[in-house]
Amino acid sequence: MYKHDVLIIGAGLAGLRAAVEATRLGLDVAVISKVHPVRSHSNAAQGGINAPLTDRGDDWEGHALDTIKGSDYLADQDAVEIMSTEAGDAVIELERMGVIFSRGDDGRLGTRRFGGQLVARTFFVGAITGSAILHVLYEQALKYGLNTYEEWFVTDLIIEDGRCVGVVALDIKTGELHSIWAKSVIMAAGGAGRVFEPSTNAIICTGDGLALAWRAGVPMMDMEMVQYHPTTLARTGILLSEAARGEGAHLLNSEGERFMLKYAPQYEELASRDVVSRSEQTEINEGRGIDGNVLLDLRHLGREFIEDRLGYLQEVAVEFVGIDLAEQPIPVRPGVHYIMGGIKTDVDGATIVPGLYGAGECANVSVHGANRLGANSLLDTVVFGRRSAVHAADYVKSVDAGSGSDEHLKATKARMQSIFDREPNENWAAIRNYMANEMTKGIGVFRDQSSMEGAKAAIDDVSARVPKMSLQNKGKVFNTDLIFTLEMEFMADVAKAIVHSALTRKESRGAHFRTDITERDDENWLKHTLAYQDTDSEDGVRVETSPVTITKWEPVKRVY
Amino acid sequence: MQAKLKVSRYDPETMGQGQQRWDEFELDVHPNATVLDALIQIREEVDGTLALRCACRASICGSCGMRVNGDAKLVCKSRIADVGEEGATIVVEPMGNQAVIKDLVVTLDTFFDKVRQVDPYLQPDSEPEQGEYVASDESMVNLLTAMNCIMCGACVSDCTVLEVDEAFIGPAALAKAWRFVEDPRDDQRDARLEELNDVEGGIWDCTRCFKCVEVCPKDVAPMDRIMEMRDMAIEAGNTNTSGYRHTESFNKSVKKHGRLDEARLAVESAGYTNVPRLIDLAEIGVKSVLKGKMPPIVPHKADEKEKITRIFEKVESERGS
Ligand code: SF4
Ligand code: SF4
Repeated sequence: MYKHDVLIIGAGLAGLRAAVEATRLGLDVAVISKVHPVRSHSNAAQGGINAPLTDRGDDWEGHALDTIKGSDYLADQDAVEIMSTEAGDAVIELERMGVIFSRGDDGRLGTRRFGGQLVARTFFVGAITGSAILHVLYEQALKYGLNTYEEWFVTDLIIEDGRCVGVVALDIKTGELHSIWAKSVIMAAGGAGRVFEPSTNAIICTGDGLALAWRAGVPMMDMEMVQYHPTTLARTGILLSEAARGEGAHLLNSEGERFMLKYAPQYEELASRDVVSRSEQTEINEGRGIDGNVLLDLRHLGREFIEDRLGYLQEVAVEFVGIDLAEQPIPVRPGVHYIMGGIKTDVDGATIVPGLYGAGECANVSVHGANRLGANSLLDTVVFGRRSAVHAADYVKSVDAGSGSDEHLKATKARMQSIFDREPNENWAAIRNYMANEMTKGIGVFRDQSSMEGAKAAIDDVSARVPKMSLQNKGKVFNTDLIFTLEMEFMADVAKAIVHSALTRKESRGAHFRTDITERDDENWLKHTLAYQDTDSEDGVRVETSPVTITKWEPVKRVY
Repeated sequence: MQAKLKVSRYDPETMGQGQQRWDEFELDVHPNATVLDALIQIREEVDGTLALRCACRASICGSCGMRVNGDAKLVCKSRIADVGEEGATIVVEPMGNQAVIKDLVVTLDTFFDKVRQVDPYLQPDSEPEQGEYVASDESMVNLLTAMNCIMCGACVSDCTVLEVDEAFIGPAALAKAWRFVEDPRDDQRDARLEELNDVEGGIWDCTRCFKCVEVCPKDVAPMDRIMEMRDMAIEAGNTNTSGYRHTESFNKSVKKHGRLDEARLAVESAGYTNVPRLIDLAEIGVKSVLKGKMPPIVPHKADEKEKITRIFEKVESERGS
C-alpha cells in the first residue's frame, strides 16, 4: 500500500515547488503526475516571471496595483499583497537553486517589460523561462530524492469523513489501479485550455484537478474568466510570447496600422491581455484583419536581437509556419491561454475540504481576478505552491491517516470496468472537438446572452453524450483511449462550470466582455462567482457569489 | 494534402517482446501539418489503440521524440512536407536505445537514470548573503546552450555508442553535466570533471560520431559539450587516465611513424579520440568487442569479424611499436 504525508497531484511549477518545500520540512512527500515532470505545461510559459525587487528601486505596491488593475478589481487584494511581497524572495530563491536568468551588465538579474505594467520587472530566461525553471525544480526534486509517480493518472480523490485522505490512480504503463493514501493532498494539476479550440495549451491541459476537487465539493471560482492570449499562431494556436511585444514588437492590421495606439495610447501593445485581444478582434471583425488574423511585426528589432532574446519564438515561427521573424511579420490571433478561474482556496492554499489544498493554474486564490497579467502565473505557482506546502505540512501533524480500506479502489475498478464494457458508441475525440469549438464560439473574446446560451445548449448535449463514451482500445498497457475518455469527463465538468458562471455574471469585467452589457457594474458585481457541483439541480451545477476582498485599492475605471 | 504513414506497432499484451507490426495509413492533412498532427489524426479518427506521447505540440515539452524515416526527431516540429519526397511514405518508429513499452512509447528510465548519474543539480559551497549570485551575463547565456535541452531523448536514441555500450552516460546527461561544470555558481567543478573523466561510460567513451548533434532539435550539440569537458578535464589535471594516455601515445606513434594505414579509417571517420576506445576494447578482447562495443564506423555484423580483428591487431601493434 502506498502512503505519504503529502501527496501532490501535478508536477509543474506549483507542484514541484510545493514538493521541494514539503520535503525540506522533513515530510514524506510524493508527486503524482500523468506525465513525466519535465513534460508539464509550465514549460510553455515563455516570457518571464514578475517580481518587484525592492533592492533595485521597485516597490511591491506598484506590482500589486498593476496586478489588481489588470484583474479589473476582481482579485482579492489580501492575496495579491502576499504574492507581491513574497515575489522578490521567490525569484531570488529560484536563482539560487540554479535558474539561469538573464543578467544585466552588473552581473545581477536583468528584466524586460511585460503587459499591463509600465515598470520593467519581469525576470526571464530568453523565451524559455517556464522550461528553465521547471527543469531546475526537477533538478531539486532529484537532489532531494523526491518520490514520483510518473505517468500515473488520478481518477478519484478519496474522501473520508469529509477529509481528503488520498487518491485512486491508474498506473498508465501497466493499466493497474492503486490507492495512494496521504494525510494531505495538494492539487497542482494545471489548467483546462483544451476545453476550448484553438488553445495555446498542451494536449494534457484538461482540467483534471479542477474537476476532481469539484466532485469533492470544492467550488470553482470565477470560471467565466478565460484568458485569450493576443498572439497565438493561426490554425494551431501555438503561443508566441508576450515577450515579443515586451521587447518592442508591434501589432499591425491589414492596412499596416499600429492599431493599439488608438485603443491604448499609453500602454500601446503592452496593455493588458484582455484589452489587446479585444482590440485585435475588433480590427478583425471590422474588416481590417487578414484571414481572421492580425500581424505581429518584429522586423525592426533586428535578427541578432531576435535570436538572442527571443530565440524560441524564431524557432517556432521558422519551423512551424516557415516565417523568418527578422524578414516577415507573422499572423496571429487571440487564442485561449489561461483559466483565471479555479478551485477556490484561501491564501494558504486550503480549500473547504480539510486536507485538500490547491495551487497554480487549477487553483484560484484569487490573484488574477478577471484578467491575469503576463508573467504573473509563474509567480503565482511558486509563491502559492510553497505556501500550500507549508500549511499542508502543518495540517498533517494533527491528523491521522485514512482508513486504508479497499472500498474506494473497488468502486473505481467497477466504474472503469463499466467503461470498458460499453458497446461501441460515442468517441471522446468527437465530443471534445465539438465541445471545444462551441465553447470558443459561445464564451469568446466577446460574448453575449445568446452566445452563452448557445454554449450552454452544446454543453447540455455534451453532458448527455459523455456517459455513452466507449473504448476502441480494450488493453491495459498505455491505454490512452481510456485516459482521454476520463479526461473528457473532467472537461465536461469544467465546461459546465464555465458556462454557468458566465451566464451568471451580468456585467463586463476583464476577460468577461459582454457586448450586450458593456459596462462594469461594481455596485452589483464586485463579486466572485462560485460554481458548485449540485447533483440535485437540473443542470448539475449551482452558482453562488461571494464578496471580493478590498484592502486599500478602491476600484476605479481601468484605462491603459 | 495527402500523407502516407507507415507506423511501427507493438502491443506487449498480444505480441512477444521484440516483435513488431507495420500499419499503413493514408490521410488527408493540412499543408502545414506535422507528423504529430497526422499521428493525432490517426489516434482520434482511425485507430484509438495507437499509443504515443505528446503534450505541448510546440517543441518545448520533449514528449514526442520518435524516429522518422530512420532519424530521431520531435514529430511536433517535423512538417510532413519537409520530411521526405512528396507523396513518399513516412516511416514512424519508436526511438532507439530505449525499450519500447507500446507502439511509439519507449521507457523513460534509460534516459533519466543516466541524468541522475551526473548529480544534476547546482552544488554551491555557500549562498550569497543577500540577493542573487552575481555572475556575468555571458557566463549565463553560455549555459543556455545546454539549458535548452528538453530531455526529449533523441540524442540517446541515435547515439552510436549507446547502441553498443549501455554504460555510456550518453549525450544528454553529459550535456547536463557540462551545464554544471560551466556554471560559475557551482563549486564542484573539479570533482565533477574528475568523476566524468574516470567513471565507466564517461567523457572518453564518445566516438565523436556527430549523431547527437545532428538529431538534437534544440541545438544543444552534446558532442561539443563532451569535447569541451575533455579539454577541461585535462586542464584540471586529469591526465593519469587511460583516455588521456592513449590519446597521447597514439598521437606520438602516428607522429613517429608518419603513417596511418588502416587506423586512418578510424581516425578520420570517428576522430582521434575514437582510437583510445578501440585500444581499450582490444585489451578487453575482440570477442567482447563484437558483442557490442564497437563504434559506428565499423559495421556491427558478425561477418565483418575478421576485418575487425585485423584492425585491432594493427592498432595493437602500432601501439606496441
Ligand atoms: S557524438 Fe558521442 S555522444 Fe554524440 S551520438 Fe556520437 S557517440 Fe554519442
Ligand atoms: S540534448 Fe537535444 S536531443 Fe538530447 S535530450 Fe536534450 S534536447 Fe533532446
